[in-house]
Amino acid sequence: MTSQQKWIAFITIVRREIQRFLRIWPQTLLPPVITIVLYFVIFGTLIGSRIGEMSGLPYIQFVAPGLIMMSVITNSYSNVVSSFFGSKFQRNIEELLVSPVPSWIILSGYVVGGMSRGLGVGLIVTILSLYFADFSIHSLPVTIAIVLMTSLMFSLAGLINAIFARNFDDISIIPTFVLTPLIYLGGVFYSIDMLGEFWGGVSQINPILYMVNAFRYGIAGISDINIVWAFTMVILFCVLLFSVALNLLDKGSRLRS
Amino acid sequence: MQPALAIEQLSKTYEGGFQALKDISLNVQPGDFFALLGPNGAGKSTTIGIICSLVLKTGGKVSIFGHDIDKDFAQAKQLVGVVPQEFNFNQFEKPIDILIHQAGYFGISRDVAIVRAEKYLRQLGLWDKSHVPSRTLSGGMKRRLMIARALIHEPKLLVLDEPTAGVDIELRRSMWEFLRDINASGTTIILTTHYLEEAESLCRNVAIIDHGKIVQNTSIRELLAQLNKELFVLDIREPLTECPEIEGYPMTLIEPNTLEVEVEKSQSVNNLFEVLSGQGIEVLSMRNKTNRLEELFFTMVEKNLTGESHD
Repeated sequence: MTSQQKWIAFITIVRREIQRFLRIWPQTLLPPVITIVLYFVIFGTLIGSRIGEMSGLPYIQFVAPGLIMMSVITNSYSNVVSSFFGSKFQRNIEELLVSPVPSWIILSGYVVGGMSRGLGVGLIVTILSLYFADFSIHSLPVTIAIVLMTSLMFSLAGLINAIFARNFDDISIIPTFVLTPLIYLGGVFYSIDMLGEFWGGVSQINPILYMVNAFRYGIAGISDINIVWAFTMVILFCVLLFSVALNLLDKGSRLRS
Repeated sequence: MQPALAIEQLSKTYEGGFQALKDISLNVQPGDFFALLGPNGAGKSTTIGIICSLVLKTGGKVSIFGHDIDKDFAQAKQLVGVVPQEFNFNQFEKPIDILIHQAGYFGISRDVAIVRAEKYLRQLGLWDKSHVPSRTLSGGMKRRLMIARALIHEPKLLVLDEPTAGVDIELRRSMWEFLRDINASGTTIILTTHYLEEAESLCRNVAIIDHGKIVQNTSIRELLAQLNKELFVLDIREPLTECPEIEGYPMTLIEPNTLEVEVEKSQSVNNLFEVLSGQGIEVLSMRNKTNRLEELFFTMVEKNLTGESHD
């Protein structure tokens, strides 16, 4: 394939992915927005007003970056996992497998599709959060870079989950039993300084902690962990997941007989 | 000239040890209309799966118009269109979108894809359904949609895995006409089918595969020449109470007005009519009882089962 043909193939996958989640917006865009608004109302306004400050910020301002990041993570992941597994289940993934599209284009197309939904929902949630909390951007480059990389990383993770999945249970196990606990224990609702030395140390093996803190630093200028270290971790995870996903697609694992 | 498809010593063993293909070799020439026949589980779909990269081969080599599917995979894939046995499109997408997306995967620009999609949907009688969710299409429409999708990048080799399964007779005939036109325009076609009448009517050459081995690879004409006898059904004017006995023509009275006669290739049908006429039996009409190819097919597969095959 020429470079232009590869570009057309890539754009086709991305367009199809975006069309998919826009077509079923009551399933893909509406629920995360309602969930996050409820979080803002309950944790931010109702309970948050009684909690007072956390890390020197009003609780609603502390929690807002984490909630935005949570919507980016869950939507990036779930878009790719459900779309790719759906294609496997209906066997229309074969449309791509019989075509001359290289694996890295298939990978990039699905990942950009996942990022589009993750970042789209993140943007909607950010706009809604302005109704509940006043905050300014401390560092725009840090904010944009970390949100892009987080979305990339969880889109890749969603793709790997979908490649391995054999049934619908397999695509709900990871989000329920791995992703959700990691998000809730990743410093979205509290500062890890509150956990003490041991549990604070344990928390540091959670990659979501780094993303939430780097994002919070970009918005509010505060973080529980070193920002350079946070970026290093996220980049390493992205490279690792990209390599694994590409290798699985190249080998045709769970895709070709 | 490079063969449209060259298969050399192709083998496939699935996880669990089932050997679906046992070192098969096969050539299909450009422009051919080729039938790949065999009973269920013989290895037809595995062969097709390997040709279009959905199945990973264990050994051997496959080339499409000289392009090795391993070394030259992008060029090889550009030349093949495949219509699988089972529906494998997104049932929630519209036919027009399915075709445009498929064209995109082959690097065809959206403008060109829209024109081609309309052309093939019209040719296959699906244009009025182009904007409805594909899950609402009938079985026959879904099959035609998969044919349109396989043609969207205008491949030189079209592979169809039982394309008329579950399609009514009228529609099947119209699909045959369409495939004949595609073949006449220069596209090589490989077809697997359970309707042996379909292979006899459409194809020039044939390979019969059974238990992962090619048991016959020849032209349809040569294959049919191997047929030694045919079974005819005769409709007669006056009802009979007893079956007539004519030397050299084994006969059965199926119904009072219907006779079944076995005629060897060396025997004359005129002679049979003369003898029947001499006995006062008037024949109103005559037809073949079984499909000729079907008879041969069963003979070959049976031979293979009992170990009498040439290999």
